[in-house]
Amino acid sequence: MSLILFIEQMLNGVQFGVMLFLMAAGLTLIFGVMGLINLAHGSLYMIGAFAAAWVAGMSGSFVLALIASLAAAAAAGALIELMVIRRLYDRDHLDQVLATFALILIFSEGTRWLFGSFPLFLEIPPYLSGPVTLPGGIEYPLYRLAIIGVGLLVAAGLFALIARTRIGIQIRAGEADREMIAALGVNISALYTIVFALGAALAGLAGALIGAIQSVQVGMGEPVLILAFVVIVIGGIGSIKGALVGAILVGLTDTLGRVLLPAVFAQFMAPQAASSVGSSLASMSIYILMAGVLVMRPSGLFGKA
Amino acid sequence: MRREPLLNAAVFLGLLAVVLWARATDEPFTITLATRVAILALAGVGLNLALGLGGLVSLGHAVFFGIGGYAMGILASHAQSYSPLIEWPVLIEGTKSMPVIWLVAMAASGLAALGIGALSLRTSGVYFIMITLAFGQMFYYFAISWPAYGGEDGLSIYVRNGFPGLNTLDPIQFFAICYVILGLALWLFSRLSRSAFGLALGAARQNGERVMAVGIAPYRLRLVAFALSGVITGLAGALFADLNRFVSPTMFSWQTSGEIMVFVILGGVARLFGPVVGAAVFILLEHVLGGLSEFWHIYLGAVLLVVVLFARGGIIGLIAGREVRHD
Amino acid sequence: MTSPLLDIRGISKSFGAIRASEDVSLTLMRGEIHALIGPNGAGKSTLIKQIAGNLKPDSGSIWFDGRDVTSLDTVARAQAGLGRTFQISSLAMEMSVLQNAVLGALGKRGRVMRFWRDVMRDAALLQVAHAALSEVGLAAAVGTRVADLSHGQRRQLEVAVALTQSPKAFLMDEPMAGLGGEGTARLTPFLDGLRHRAPILLVEHDMDAVFALADRISVLVYGRIIATGKPDAIRQNAEVREAYLGDEALT
Repeated sequence: MSLILFIEQMLNGVQFGVMLFLMAAGLTLIFGVMGLINLAHGSLYMIGAFAAAWVAGMSGSFVLALIASLAAAAAAGALIELMVIRRLYDRDHLDQVLATFALILIFSEGTRWLFGSFPLFLEIPPYLSGPVTLPGGIEYPLYRLAIIGVGLLVAAGLFALIARTRIGIQIRAGEADREMIAALGVNISALYTIVFALGAALAGLAGALIGAIQSVQVGMGEPVLILAFVVIVIGGIGSIKGALVGAILVGLTDTLGRVLLPAVFAQFMAPQAASSVGSSLASMSIYILMAGVLVMRPSGLFGKA
Repeated sequence: MRREPLLNAAVFLGLLAVVLWARATDEPFTITLATRVAILALAGVGLNLALGLGGLVSLGHAVFFGIGGYAMGILASHAQSYSPLIEWPVLIEGTKSMPVIWLVAMAASGLAALGIGALSLRTSGVYFIMITLAFGQMFYYFAISWPAYGGEDGLSIYVRNGFPGLNTLDPIQFFAICYVILGLALWLFSRLSRSAFGLALGAARQNGERVMAVGIAPYRLRLVAFALSGVITGLAGALFADLNRFVSPTMFSWQTSGEIMVFVILGGVARLFGPVVGAAVFILLEHVLGGLSEFWHIYLGAVLLVVVLFARGGIIGLIAGREVRHD
Repeated sequence: MTSPLLDIRGISKSFGAIRASEDVSLTLMRGEIHALIGPNGAGKSTLIKQIAGNLKPDSGSIWFDGRDVTSLDTVARAQAGLGRTFQISSLAMEMSVLQNAVLGALGKRGRVMRFWRDVMRDAALLQVAHAALSEVGLAAAVGTRVADLSHGQRRQLEVAVALTQSPKAFLMDEPMAGLGGEGTARLTPFLDGLRHRAPILLVEHDMDAVFALADRISVLVYGRIIATGKPDAIRQNAEVREAYLGDEALT
């Protein structure tokens, strides 16, 4: 394989990882602060994508579409937090899993009812389409590069938010000791709603960004949700840094596995067999990575032991 | 407290009564629905062992359901095409015999449960949930990308597999097989929950520290429970595939894991008959709501939310009281 | 002189800059009650966790019944014969009193991997469980759910579960905590008799009970043992008096 192709795939992996980070960051924040496992996070991703596709279709503006994805997902997040999720903080994980599973059913079927079963499409705007030439003569799609940029900006913003701002201090205090922050006089239920809506907005943004390179359809969120879980397991629950490192690792492993494994097997197998064995194994590679991390560090790379 | 055994008997006999009535009025579709209930309940009994007794919130039981299904699909497809499974070093041929298929399904899903359990049980709580979910997804994608057995399209088996002395194509005879197996599994569950193993497993769920302090390693208990749980759910998968004469990667999907869990919760966690009641209500809802609206999952979601938020203890809990037996 | 049953040899444990245990040596002889006392924050619970096997010391070793158990976990140490009671009751709350006692009997006898027979009809286990429960005075409450027990009854059950294991030594973490005067008065003579079956390493705040029961007392302050000796000697020890300055229990 040529070096150029390899670098291109590396970038694809990073782009995939950055998108996973947007999902995983919200999940891990929500778990860290509220102790809640939210299966419906994938639905928020889907809502973001649908909102973006719909607004883009109406207005033709990609920027408006992104704003709509953030707003719709945050609103949906705040709504379910107020109506359902806050009843679950004191419950065990089983109840949380079931209630958020029920939310997936409602959101998925509701979306199907509103938009039908056919996928929607979100066009990449002209100013972001086409390839750019990177140093070294590598041609790479501008849009994917933009996703990487947006993702890294969000990551930087999130780190700054948590390290510098008042709400970040409250989030960190909440992770350390939930009762203490109530004692400090912080309005804890408002804080929870804000954190949940923030996580939802990030998921919605991820859905909209990816919606432009894949199709927008019901059920798009859950595979990404499960990958985000893998990211969190690898990175360690509650750690934003772990989510970033885990997401990039998973993105790279998955992307490179799909390209490299069939090539590796082709060295000593018939081409057709090599591609089927290689692609089957590649589809398992991130789970093997996860199992490996688990054996070494059961609470993840950056998790509290 | 004493209402629960009565309720259990009523449910178990009720399922039989429905089938006999359907037979009398010549409604084979109802028999098929009841067979589905029995098989899905069996899958739920498997999960209930891990979830109810052991407190292990597994969102990956579709793995075992799917392995059972594919054990049936692979063996039967080779028998169907008269091509051996493996020729070297030993000749292994496909089979259309249910008992053989069941044994293979149980062994394969049990082994998978041992492997997944050994890794996943190193963690607990929310990690465990996420990891089991992720392993489920791993098998799902593997089934999709492995082309030998139909890949994404799945595998069709033209004729239902055979059981010595029975005509499995007759709906009521196939129901009888599933019903008896469900009964045996429930009996096993009830014995297990009262056994020394069941006591220690239940204690480990309530207080791991206590169990360790009396010299019992919770990890071993949980691993055995998880493996047994996988065996039962795997058997259900083989039967389910035979009911539909079709297997596909959907059996491995996370929705399948979620639905098996819904059966258990809807009926009542750790209740002997929880999965039976849950599966029956689920199929009933699917049938009734599905007739009302194409989007019946919305209503299912709403029902589920209400049960989780307001009716902890499930349907059996509502009818027979919240307290679980502790004599 | 016989060798000690439990022999803690110079163990140390640090958490970052905090030295929770510093070169702690301690022995438990057969037939004795050895009390471990110390002000709050002295590192008693860290020390107990190391003895029970929840924490591994950074250095030093722990010998029990003639063998090095330093690298064994809690399960293996319980199997080896260390019977533990917890400071905060640690029981299977949804189970009955009898079930908790049967669980204790089960672990020691290696009968866990039995999947078929009704464990609550196993005569051998029931006998052990009932005997232990009546010893601590819980015979009347066998069918009660632990969650419905009073605090004092839970403490009794803790001791009963330890008894079912017929341990070689007891490790008791504040068995008197929260019992009140009457409960303490009842438990004290019971522990007094127990020492002849198996020695007790007793961590306790109730100084009356400690001085009434202990053959020897060790005083832990800031992770170090500052004195070990007979109750009278400890009472007179200047360093101990300083550590407990103002504590009426010693005067």
